[in-house]
Amino acid sequence: MILLDRVTKTYSRDTDAALDRITLHVEPKEFVIVVGQSGAGKTTLLRLLTREERPTSGKIIVGGIDYDKLKDKDIPMLRRKIGVVFQDFKLLPGKTVYENVAFALEIVGVSNREIKHTVPKVLDIVNLKGKENRMPRALSGGERQRVAIARAIVRQPRILIADEPTGNLDPKHAWDVIRVLEKINRYGTTVLLTTHNQDIVNRLKRRVVTIHHGKVASDRANAGYKA
Amino acid sequence: MAVMVVTLTIVLFSLITNATFSNTIAQITNKIDVSVFLNDSTTEAQAKQLAASLQKQPTIKKVQYLNKQQALQSYIDQNRNNPDLVTAATESGNPIPATILVYPRNLNQIQSIKNFLDQPKYRKLQTADSPSYNGDRKEAIDNITHATDVLRKIGIVAVIVFAVICALIIFNTIQMAIFNRRDEITIMRLLGASTSYIRGPFVVESAIYGLLSAVFSVLIVNSAFLASSSALQASSLGLLDINYASQYFGQHYVRFLTLQIAIGILIGTVSSVIATRRYLKFKTK
Repeated sequence: MILLDRVTKTYSRDTDAALDRITLHVEPKEFVIVVGQSGAGKTTLLRLLTREERPTSGKIIVGGIDYDKLKDKDIPMLRRKIGVVFQDFKLLPGKTVYENVAFALEIVGVSNREIKHTVPKVLDIVNLKGKENRMPRALSGGERQRVAIARAIVRQPRILIADEPTGNLDPKHAWDVIRVLEKINRYGTTVLLTTHNQDIVNRLKRRVVTIHHGKVASDRANAGYKA
Repeated sequence: MAVMVVTLTIVLFSLITNATFSNTIAQITNKIDVSVFLNDSTTEAQAKQLAASLQKQPTIKKVQYLNKQQALQSYIDQNRNNPDLVTAATESGNPIPATILVYPRNLNQIQSIKNFLDQPKYRKLQTADSPSYNGDRKEAIDNITHATDVLRKIGIVAVIVFAVICALIIFNTIQMAIFNRRDEITIMRLLGASTSYIRGPFVVESAIYGLLSAVFSVLIVNSAFLASSSALQASSLGLLDINYASQYFGQHYVRFLTLQIAIGILIGTVSSVIATRRYLKFKTK
Protein backbone atom coordinates (compact mmCIF):
# COMPACT_ATOMS: atom_id res chain seq x y z
CA MET A 1 0.00 0.00 0.00
CA ILE A 2 2.81 2.35 0.94
CA LEU A 3 6.33 1.80 -0.32
CA LEU A 4 9.33 3.99 0.38
CA ASP A 5 12.62 2.94 -1.11
CA ARG A 6 15.78 4.67 0.15
CA VAL A 7 14.01 8.01 0.40
CA THR A 8 16.16 10.99 1.32
CA LYS A 9 14.94 14.51 1.94
CA THR A 10 17.38 17.37 2.38
CA TYR A 11 16.05 20.87 2.94
CA SER A 12 19.33 22.69 2.40
CA ARG A 13 22.92 21.77 1.75
CA ASP A 14 24.16 22.99 5.12
CA THR A 15 21.85 20.91 7.30
CA ASP A 16 21.67 17.18 7.87
CA ALA A 17 19.10 15.27 5.87
CA ALA A 18 15.61 15.36 7.43
CA LEU A 19 15.16 11.84 6.13
CA ASP A 20 18.13 9.66 5.29
CA ARG A 21 17.56 6.66 3.01
CA ILE A 22 14.32 5.60 4.63
CA THR A 23 12.92 2.30 3.43
CA LEU A 24 9.47 1.36 4.61
CA HIS A 25 6.78 -1.01 3.40
CA VAL A 26 3.22 -0.86 4.70
CA GLU A 27 0.72 -3.57 3.75
CA PRO A 28 -2.93 -2.84 3.01
CA LYS A 29 -5.12 -2.68 6.15
CA GLU A 30 -2.09 -2.36 8.40
CA PHE A 31 -2.05 -0.03 11.40
CA VAL A 32 1.42 1.46 11.68
CA ILE A 33 2.61 3.83 14.36
CA VAL A 34 5.56 6.04 13.54
CA VAL A 35 7.34 7.33 16.63
CA GLY A 36 10.29 9.54 17.21
CA GLN A 37 11.31 12.73 18.91
CA SER A 38 10.35 16.14 17.58
CA GLY A 39 12.50 16.86 14.55
CA ALA A 40 13.22 13.18 13.94
CA GLY A 41 11.56 13.41 10.54
CA LYS A 42 8.05 12.04 11.20
CA THR A 43 6.24 15.03 9.75
CA THR A 44 8.57 15.21 6.77
CA LEU A 45 7.76 11.58 6.08
CA LEU A 46 4.03 12.29 6.05
CA ARG A 47 4.45 15.44 3.96
CA LEU A 48 6.25 13.35 1.37
CA LEU A 49 3.29 10.98 1.25
CA THR A 50 0.78 13.81 0.71
CA ARG A 51 3.12 15.38 -1.83
CA GLU A 52 3.52 18.59 0.12
CA GLU A 53 7.20 17.86 -0.30
CA ARG A 54 9.23 16.07 -2.91
CA PRO A 55 11.98 13.68 -1.91
CA THR A 56 15.54 14.68 -2.78
CA SER A 57 16.11 11.10 -3.89
CA GLY A 58 14.49 7.71 -3.59
CA LYS A 59 11.24 6.19 -4.72
CA ILE A 60 7.74 6.52 -3.27
CA ILE A 61 4.78 4.45 -4.40
CA VAL A 62 1.42 4.85 -2.65
CA GLY A 63 -1.66 2.89 -3.64
CA GLY A 64 0.00 1.98 -6.93
CA ILE A 65 0.88 5.58 -7.79
CA ASP A 66 4.53 6.16 -8.54
CA TYR A 67 5.35 9.66 -7.30
CA ASP A 68 8.14 10.06 -9.83
CA LYS A 69 5.57 9.98 -12.58
CA LEU A 70 3.10 12.23 -10.81
CA LYS A 71 2.46 15.59 -12.48
CA ASP A 72 1.35 18.68 -10.58
CA LYS A 73 -2.08 18.52 -12.05
CA ASP A 74 -2.50 14.98 -10.73
CA ILE A 75 -1.80 16.01 -7.13
CA PRO A 76 -5.47 16.76 -6.33
CA MET A 77 -6.42 13.27 -7.51
CA LEU A 78 -3.72 11.74 -5.31
CA ARG A 79 -4.87 13.68 -2.26
CA ARG A 80 -8.42 12.52 -2.76
CA LYS A 81 -7.19 8.96 -2.26
CA ILE A 82 -5.42 9.73 0.99
CA GLY A 83 -7.19 10.94 4.12
CA VAL A 84 -5.10 13.25 6.27
CA VAL A 85 -5.61 14.33 9.88
CA PHE A 86 -3.49 17.14 11.29
CA GLN A 87 -2.37 17.94 14.78
CA ASP A 88 -3.99 21.38 14.53
CA PHE A 89 -7.21 19.96 13.02
CA LYS A 90 -7.34 22.47 10.12
CA LEU A 91 -11.10 22.83 10.33
CA LEU A 92 -12.84 25.78 8.72
CA PRO A 93 -13.92 27.97 11.65
CA GLY A 94 -16.83 29.52 9.76
CA LYS A 95 -18.50 26.20 8.96
CA THR A 96 -20.45 23.83 11.17
CA VAL A 97 -19.38 20.28 11.91
CA TYR A 98 -21.66 18.98 9.18
CA GLU A 99 -20.43 21.57 6.67
CA ASN A 100 -16.78 20.86 7.43
CA VAL A 101 -17.27 17.20 6.64
CA ALA A 102 -19.51 17.89 3.64
CA PHE A 103 -16.86 20.30 2.33
CA ALA A 104 -14.48 17.42 1.60
CA LEU A 105 -17.15 15.93 -0.66
CA GLU A 106 -18.23 19.23 -2.21
CA ILE A 107 -14.78 20.08 -3.49
CA VAL A 108 -14.58 16.85 -5.41
CA GLY A 109 -18.01 17.34 -6.91
CA VAL A 110 -20.13 14.79 -5.03
CA SER A 111 -23.87 15.35 -5.44
CA ASN A 112 -25.89 16.96 -2.65
CA ARG A 113 -28.02 13.87 -2.28
CA GLU A 114 -24.98 11.71 -1.71
CA ILE A 115 -23.56 14.23 0.75
CA LYS A 116 -26.79 14.18 2.77
CA HIS A 117 -26.64 10.43 2.77
CA THR A 118 -22.95 9.99 3.64
CA VAL A 119 -22.08 12.72 6.13
CA PRO A 120 -24.42 11.60 8.96
CA LYS A 121 -23.08 8.05 8.69
CA VAL A 122 -19.52 9.21 9.02
CA LEU A 123 -20.34 11.51 11.94
CA ASP A 124 -21.88 8.47 13.57
CA ILE A 125 -18.66 6.49 13.12
CA VAL A 126 -16.67 9.19 14.91
CA ASN A 127 -19.34 9.44 17.65
CA LEU A 128 -20.43 12.98 16.85
CA LYS A 129 -24.08 12.28 16.20
CA GLY A 130 -26.22 15.20 17.41
CA LYS A 131 -23.42 17.76 17.06
CA GLU A 132 -23.84 18.39 13.33
CA ASN A 133 -24.75 22.05 13.74
CA ARG A 134 -22.07 23.04 16.25
CA MET A 135 -19.33 25.40 15.21
CA PRO A 136 -15.77 24.09 15.71
CA ARG A 137 -15.03 26.67 18.44
CA ALA A 138 -17.91 25.22 20.49
CA LEU A 139 -16.29 21.78 20.52
CA SER A 140 -13.61 20.26 22.71
CA GLY A 141 -10.23 19.44 21.18
CA GLY A 142 -11.07 15.75 20.99
CA GLU A 143 -14.34 16.47 19.27
CA ARG A 144 -12.65 18.78 16.79
CA GLN A 145 -10.13 16.10 16.00
CA ARG A 146 -12.90 13.62 15.41
CA VAL A 147 -14.54 16.08 13.01
CA ALA A 148 -11.21 16.23 11.19
CA ILE A 149 -11.11 12.42 11.08
CA ALA A 150 -14.67 12.33 9.76
CA ARG A 151 -13.64 14.76 7.07
CA ALA A 152 -10.61 12.62 6.22
CA ILE A 153 -12.56 9.36 5.93
CA VAL A 154 -15.79 10.63 4.36
CA ARG A 155 -14.40 9.94 0.90
CA GLN A 156 -13.48 6.42 1.97
CA PRO A 157 -9.75 6.68 1.31
CA ARG A 158 -7.72 3.48 1.41
CA ILE A 159 -5.08 5.22 3.46
CA LEU A 160 -5.50 7.46 6.48
CA ILE A 161 -2.53 9.50 7.60
CA ALA A 162 -2.78 10.99 11.07
CA ASP A 163 -0.01 13.39 12.08
CA GLU A 164 0.05 13.62 15.87
CA PRO A 165 -3.73 13.68 16.08
CA THR A 166 -3.53 13.44 19.87
CA GLY A 167 -0.77 16.00 20.27
CA ASN A 168 -3.04 18.73 21.63
CA LEU A 169 -5.41 16.51 23.58
CA ASP A 170 -5.70 15.35 27.17
CA PRO A 171 -5.50 11.53 27.69
CA LYS A 172 -9.25 10.93 27.74
CA HIS A 173 -9.87 12.75 24.50
CA ALA A 174 -6.72 11.28 23.00
CA TRP A 175 -8.11 7.80 23.55
CA ASP A 176 -11.45 8.77 22.00
CA VAL A 177 -9.53 9.71 18.88
CA ILE A 178 -7.37 6.58 18.89
CA ARG A 179 -10.40 4.32 19.28
CA VAL A 180 -11.98 5.98 16.26
CA LEU A 181 -8.79 5.33 14.30
CA GLU A 182 -8.84 1.67 15.37
CA LYS A 183 -12.44 1.40 14.28
CA ILE A 184 -11.62 2.85 10.87
CA ASN A 185 -8.71 0.42 10.57
CA ARG A 186 -11.03 -2.48 11.35
CA TYR A 187 -13.24 -1.34 8.44
CA GLY A 188 -10.23 -1.91 6.17
CA THR A 189 -8.40 1.40 5.91
CA THR A 190 -4.62 1.45 6.16
CA VAL A 191 -3.71 3.78 9.03
CA LEU A 192 -0.39 5.55 9.45
CA LEU A 193 -0.23 7.31 12.81
CA THR A 194 2.55 9.42 14.20
CA THR A 195 2.70 10.18 17.88
CA HIS A 196 5.10 10.53 20.77
CA ASN A 197 2.59 9.46 23.37
CA GLN A 198 4.20 6.46 25.07
CA ASP A 199 1.01 5.29 26.72
CA ILE A 200 -0.87 5.08 23.43
CA VAL A 201 1.92 3.22 21.69
CA ASN A 202 2.33 0.72 24.49
CA ARG A 203 -1.33 -0.06 24.86
CA LEU A 204 -2.15 -0.28 21.14
CA LYS A 205 0.31 -3.15 20.57
CA ARG A 206 0.73 -2.47 16.87
CA ARG A 207 3.63 -2.29 14.46
CA VAL A 208 5.92 0.52 15.57
CA VAL A 209 8.47 2.24 13.35
CA THR A 210 10.93 4.37 15.24
CA ILE A 211 12.61 7.18 13.40
CA HIS A 212 15.75 8.69 14.84
CA HIS A 213 17.76 11.45 13.14
CA GLY A 214 16.01 10.77 9.85
CA LYS A 215 16.72 7.03 9.88
CA VAL A 216 14.62 4.00 10.72
CA ALA A 217 16.02 3.00 14.11
CA SER A 218 13.68 0.06 14.63
CA ASP A 219 10.65 -1.51 12.98
CA ARG A 220 8.89 -4.12 15.14
CA ALA A 221 5.44 -5.64 15.26
CA ASN A 222 3.48 -5.43 18.52
CA ALA A 223 6.13 -3.24 20.03
CA GLY A 224 6.38 -0.85 22.90
CA TYR A 225 8.07 2.50 22.97
CA LYS A 226 9.93 4.53 25.52
CA ALA A 227 10.27 8.20 24.74
CA MET B 1 -15.12 48.31 -10.42
CA ALA B 2 -15.16 52.11 -10.84
CA VAL B 3 -11.94 51.86 -12.82
CA MET B 4 -13.41 49.17 -15.00
CA VAL B 5 -16.41 51.41 -15.73
CA VAL B 6 -14.10 54.30 -16.64
CA THR B 7 -12.02 52.03 -18.88
CA LEU B 8 -15.01 50.65 -20.71
CA THR B 9 -16.56 54.10 -21.05
CA ILE B 10 -13.39 55.34 -22.68
CA VAL B 11 -13.40 52.37 -25.02
CA LEU B 12 -16.98 53.10 -25.99
CA PHE B 13 -16.38 56.81 -26.37
CA SER B 14 -13.35 56.29 -28.61
CA LEU B 15 -15.27 53.89 -30.80
CA ILE B 16 -18.15 56.31 -31.27
CA THR B 17 -15.91 59.34 -31.80
CA ASN B 18 -13.91 57.40 -34.33
CA ALA B 19 -17.02 56.36 -36.22
CA THR B 20 -18.34 59.91 -36.15
CA PHE B 21 -15.16 61.40 -37.53
CA SER B 22 -15.00 58.74 -40.21
CA ASN B 23 -18.54 59.65 -41.12
CA THR B 24 -17.71 63.38 -41.31
CA ILE B 25 -14.74 62.67 -43.54
CA ALA B 26 -16.77 60.34 -45.73
CA GLN B 27 -19.42 62.99 -46.18
CA ILE B 28 -16.89 65.60 -47.18
CA THR B 29 -15.15 63.15 -49.48
CA ASN B 30 -18.39 62.47 -51.29
CA LYS B 31 -18.70 66.12 -52.14
CA ILE B 32 -15.26 66.21 -53.73
CA ASP B 33 -14.94 65.67 -57.44
CA VAL B 34 -12.39 66.37 -60.12
CA SER B 35 -13.69 68.13 -63.22
CA VAL B 36 -12.00 67.30 -66.50
CA PHE B 37 -12.78 70.03 -69.03
CA LEU B 38 -12.58 68.93 -72.65
CA ASN B 39 -11.61 70.99 -75.68
CA ASP B 40 -14.40 71.78 -78.06
CA SER B 41 -12.37 69.94 -80.71
CA THR B 42 -12.58 66.69 -78.76
CA THR B 43 -15.16 64.36 -80.26
CA GLU B 44 -17.77 62.62 -78.16
CA ALA B 45 -16.21 59.27 -79.00
CA GLN B 46 -12.83 60.43 -77.67
CA ALA B 47 -14.52 61.78 -74.56
CA LYS B 48 -16.35 58.52 -73.91
CA GLN B 49 -13.12 56.60 -74.39
CA LEU B 50 -11.37 58.80 -71.85
CA ALA B 51 -14.27 58.37 -69.43
CA ALA B 52 -14.08 54.60 -69.87
CA SER B 53 -10.33 54.48 -69.20
CA LEU B 54 -10.81 56.69 -66.15
CA GLN B 55 -13.49 54.35 -64.91
CA LYS B 56 -11.00 51.48 -65.06
CA GLN B 57 -8.67 53.23 -62.61
CA PRO B 58 -8.84 51.54 -59.19
CA THR B 59 -8.58 54.91 -57.44
CA ILE B 60 -11.76 56.20 -59.05
CA LYS B 61 -15.16 55.51 -57.65
CA LYS B 62 -17.40 57.01 -60.30
CA VAL B 63 -17.10 58.82 -63.61
CA GLN B 64 -19.82 60.96 -65.15
CA TYR B 65 -19.64 62.39 -68.67
CA LEU B 66 -21.50 65.63 -69.46
CA ASN B 67 -21.56 66.87 -73.05
CA LYS B 68 -21.51 70.61 -73.65
CA GLN B 69 -25.27 70.93 -73.36
CA GLN B 70 -25.46 68.90 -70.14
CA ALA B 71 -22.51 70.79 -68.71
CA LEU B 72 -24.26 74.05 -69.40
CA GLN B 73 -27.43 72.80 -67.73
CA SER B 74 -25.41 71.70 -64.70
CA TYR B 75 -23.76 75.12 -64.60
CA ILE B 76 -27.14 76.84 -64.72
CA ASP B 77 -28.46 74.60 -61.96
CA GLN B 78 -25.48 75.32 -59.74
CA ASN B 79 -25.77 79.08 -60.20
CA ARG B 80 -29.50 79.44 -60.03
CA ASN B 81 -29.13 82.07 -57.34
CA ASN B 82 -26.81 84.13 -59.49
CA PRO B 83 -28.77 85.21 -62.59
CA ASP B 84 -25.89 87.34 -63.89
CA LEU B 85 -23.65 84.33 -64.31
CA VAL B 86 -26.41 82.33 -65.92
CA THR B 87 -27.11 85.16 -68.34
CA ALA B 88 -23.44 85.49 -69.17
CA ALA B 89 -23.18 81.78 -69.91
CA THR B 90 -26.28 81.49 -72.05
CA GLU B 91 -25.98 84.71 -74.02
CA SER B 92 -22.51 84.06 -75.39
CA GLY B 93 -23.43 80.70 -76.95
CA ASN B 94 -22.45 78.10 -74.41
CA PRO B 95 -18.86 78.76 -73.29
CA ILE B 96 -19.04 75.78 -70.94
CA PRO B 97 -16.83 72.89 -72.12
CA ALA B 98 -17.92 69.28 -72.12
CA THR B 99 -16.93 67.86 -68.75
CA ILE B 100 -16.04 64.54 -67.20
CA LEU B 101 -16.75 64.48 -63.48
CA VAL B 102 -14.43 62.13 -61.65
CA TYR B 103 -15.22 61.02 -58.08
CA PRO B 104 -12.16 59.60 -56.33
CA ARG B 105 -12.46 56.83 -53.79
CA ASN B 106 -10.10 58.56 -51.43
CA LEU B 107 -8.98 62.13 -51.04
CA ASN B 108 -5.34 61.21 -51.13
CA GLN B 109 -5.70 59.79 -54.63
CA ILE B 110 -6.46 63.08 -56.30
CA GLN B 111 -2.83 63.55 -57.19
CA SER B 112 -2.62 60.22 -58.98
CA ILE B 113 -5.74 61.03 -60.95
CA LYS B 114 -4.15 64.31 -61.92
CA ASN B 115 -1.02 62.46 -63.04
CA PHE B 116 -3.11 60.11 -65.13
CA LEU B 117 -4.83 63.00 -66.86
CA ASP B 118 -1.53 64.76 -67.51
CA GLN B 119 -0.34 62.05 -69.87
CA PRO B 120 0.16 63.75 -73.29
CA LYS B 121 -2.45 61.66 -75.15
CA TYR B 122 -5.10 62.80 -72.67
CA ARG B 123 -3.63 66.25 -72.08
CA LYS B 124 -4.36 67.32 -75.64
CA LEU B 125 -8.05 66.55 -75.21
CA GLN B 126 -8.40 68.97 -72.34
CA THR B 127 -8.56 72.71 -71.94
CA ALA B 128 -5.64 74.52 -70.38
CA ASP B 129 -7.14 74.87 -66.90
CA SER B 130 -8.23 71.24 -66.73
CA PRO B 131 -8.48 69.33 -64.50
CA SER B 132 -9.90 71.43 -61.73
CA TYR B 133 -10.62 70.60 -58.17
CA ASN B 134 -11.02 72.60 -55.06
CA GLY B 135 -7.57 72.84 -53.52
CA ASP B 136 -8.74 74.63 -50.34
CA ARG B 137 -11.15 71.90 -49.60
CA LYS B 138 -8.48 69.27 -49.92
CA GLU B 139 -6.33 71.07 -47.40
CA ALA B 140 -9.22 71.26 -44.94
CA ILE B 141 -9.89 67.59 -45.43
CA ASP B 142 -6.24 66.77 -44.88
CA ASN B 143 -6.39 68.63 -41.61
CA ILE B 144 -9.45 66.73 -40.47
CA THR B 145 -7.90 63.41 -41.45
CA HIS B 146 -4.79 64.28 -39.53
CA ALA B 147 -6.73 65.38 -36.44
CA THR B 148 -8.80 62.21 -36.52
CA ASP B 149 -5.68 60.13 -36.78
CA VAL B 150 -4.18 61.82 -33.73
CA LEU B 151 -7.42 61.47 -31.77
CA ARG B 152 -7.64 57.82 -32.68
CA LYS B 153 -4.10 57.23 -31.45
CA ILE B 154 -4.80 59.09 -28.21
CA GLY B 155 -7.92 56.97 -27.79
CA ILE B 156 -6.00 53.73 -28.26
CA VAL B 157 -3.32 54.79 -25.78
CA ALA B 158 -5.92 55.87 -23.22
CA VAL B 159 -7.75 52.57 -23.56
CA ILE B 160 -4.55 50.57 -23.12
CA VAL B 161 -3.42 52.62 -20.12
CA PHE B 162 -6.77 52.30 -18.38
CA ALA B 163 -7.07 48.63 -19.21
CA VAL B 164 -3.69 48.00 -17.60
CA ILE B 165 -4.58 50.06 -14.51
CA CYS B 166 -7.87 48.26 -14.30
CA ALA B 167 -6.26 44.83 -14.58
CA LEU B 168 -3.72 45.76 -11.90
CA ILE B 169 -6.41 46.91 -9.49
CA ILE B 170 -8.46 43.77 -10.00
CA PHE B 171 -5.28 41.76 -9.65
CA ASN B 172 -4.54 43.46 -6.34
CA THR B 173 -8.07 43.09 -5.01
CA ILE B 174 -8.04 39.40 -5.74
CA GLN B 175 -4.65 38.92 -4.16
CA MET B 176 -6.01 40.52 -0.99
CA ALA B 177 -9.09 38.31 -1.12
CA ILE B 178 -6.93 35.24 -1.52
CA PHE B 179 -4.64 36.35 1.26
CA ASN B 180 -7.63 36.66 3.59
CA ARG B 181 -8.75 33.18 2.68
CA ARG B 182 -5.34 31.51 2.49
CA ASP B 183 -6.09 29.08 5.35
CA GLU B 184 -9.21 27.91 3.65
CA ILE B 185 -7.35 27.58 0.37
CA THR B 186 -4.59 25.57 2.06
CA ILE B 187 -7.19 23.21 3.51
CA MET B 188 -8.93 22.90 0.16
CA ARG B 189 -5.60 22.04 -1.39
CA LEU B 190 -4.84 19.39 1.19
CA LEU B 191 -8.26 17.86 0.72
CA GLY B 192 -7.56 17.54 -2.98
CA ALA B 193 -9.56 20.40 -4.46
CA SER B 194 -8.61 21.00 -8.05
CA THR B 195 -7.13 24.30 -9.16
CA SER B 196 -10.20 25.24 -11.13
CA TYR B 197 -12.46 24.53 -8.16
CA ILE B 198 -10.54 27.00 -5.99
CA ARG B 199 -9.99 29.52 -8.72
CA GLY B 200 -13.54 29.38 -10.06
CA PRO B 201 -15.26 31.69 -7.56
CA PHE B 202 -12.56 34.38 -7.91
CA VAL B 203 -12.72 34.31 -11.69
CA VAL B 204 -16.52 34.32 -11.73
CA GLU B 205 -16.57 37.26 -9.33
CA SER B 206 -14.23 39.31 -11.52
CA ALA B 207 -16.14 38.35 -14.64
CA ILE B 208 -19.35 39.58 -13.01
CA TYR B 209 -17.61 42.88 -12.21
CA GLY B 210 -16.67 43.08 -15.89
CA LEU B 211 -20.24 42.40 -16.92
CA LEU B 212 -21.73 45.00 -14.57
CA SER B 213 -19.12 47.57 -15.56
CA ALA B 214 -19.96 47.02 -19.22
CA VAL B 215 -23.65 47.62 -18.56
CA PHE B 216 -22.84 50.73 -16.51
CA SER B 217 -20.56 52.17 -19.17
CA VAL B 218 -23.21 51.72 -21.86
CA LEU B 219 -25.78 53.36 -19.59
CA ILE B 220 -23.43 56.26 -18.88
CA VAL B 221 -22.79 56.90 -22.55
CA ASN B 222 -26.48 56.51 -23.26
CA SER B 223 -27.50 59.06 -20.67
CA ALA B 224 -24.75 61.40 -21.86
CA PHE B 225 -26.30 61.34 -25.31
CA LEU B 226 -29.76 61.92 -23.92
CA ALA B 227 -28.52 64.87 -21.90
CA SER B 228 -26.54 66.39 -24.75
CA SER B 229 -29.20 65.99 -27.41
CA SER B 230 -31.76 67.82 -25.31
CA ALA B 231 -29.33 70.46 -24.07
CA LEU B 232 -27.57 71.13 -27.34
CA GLN B 233 -30.14 71.80 -29.97
CA ALA B 234 -27.29 72.76 -32.23
CA SER B 235 -26.42 69.19 -32.96
CA SER B 236 -22.90 69.79 -34.11
CA LEU B 237 -19.95 70.41 -31.88
CA GLY B 238 -17.32 71.40 -34.37
CA LEU B 239 -16.42 68.26 -36.24
CA LEU B 240 -18.08 65.98 -33.72
CA ASP B 241 -21.54 65.52 -35.08
CA ILE B 242 -23.43 64.60 -31.91
CA ASN B 243 -26.57 63.79 -33.79
CA TYR B 244 -24.77 61.30 -35.92
CA ALA B 245 -22.86 59.90 -32.91
CA SER B 246 -26.09 59.43 -31.01
CA GLN B 247 -27.74 57.81 -33.99
CA TYR B 248 -24.76 55.56 -34.59
CA PHE B 249 -24.76 54.51 -30.95
CA GLY B 250 -28.50 53.82 -31.07
CA GLN B 251 -28.20 51.71 -34.20
CA HIS B 252 -25.38 49.60 -32.83
CA TYR B 253 -26.64 49.43 -29.26
CA VAL B 254 -26.66 45.65 -29.01
CA ARG B 255 -23.32 45.33 -30.71
CA PHE B 256 -21.74 47.86 -28.36
CA LEU B 257 -23.22 46.22 -25.32
CA THR B 258 -21.95 42.82 -26.43
CA LEU B 259 -18.52 44.19 -27.19
CA GLN B 260 -18.31 45.99 -23.85
CA ILE B 261 -19.41 42.88 -21.97
CA ALA B 262 -16.83 40.84 -23.82
CA ILE B 263 -14.04 43.30 -23.01
CA GLY B 264 -15.15 43.62 -19.37
CA ILE B 265 -15.27 39.88 -18.85
CA LEU B 266 -11.95 39.46 -20.62
CA ILE B 267 -10.18 41.99 -18.39
CA GLY B 268 -11.76 40.51 -15.25
CA THR B 269 -11.02 36.92 -16.14
CA VAL B 270 -7.47 37.39 -17.32
CA SER B 271 -6.42 39.45 -14.31
CA SER B 272 -8.03 37.07 -11.82
CA VAL B 273 -6.49 34.01 -13.44
CA ILE B 274 -3.07 35.63 -13.23
CA ALA B 275 -3.70 36.77 -9.64
CA THR B 276 -4.68 33.30 -8.47
CA ARG B 277 -1.95 31.50 -10.30
CA ARG B 278 0.74 32.36 -7.81
CA TYR B 279 -1.27 31.12 -4.86
CA LEU B 280 -2.36 27.92 -6.48
CA LYS B 281 1.01 26.61 -7.49
CA PHE B 282 2.00 23.45 -5.72
CA LYS B 283 4.88 24.60 -3.61
CA THR B 284 6.70 21.32 -3.81
CA LYS B 285 10.41 21.39 -4.32
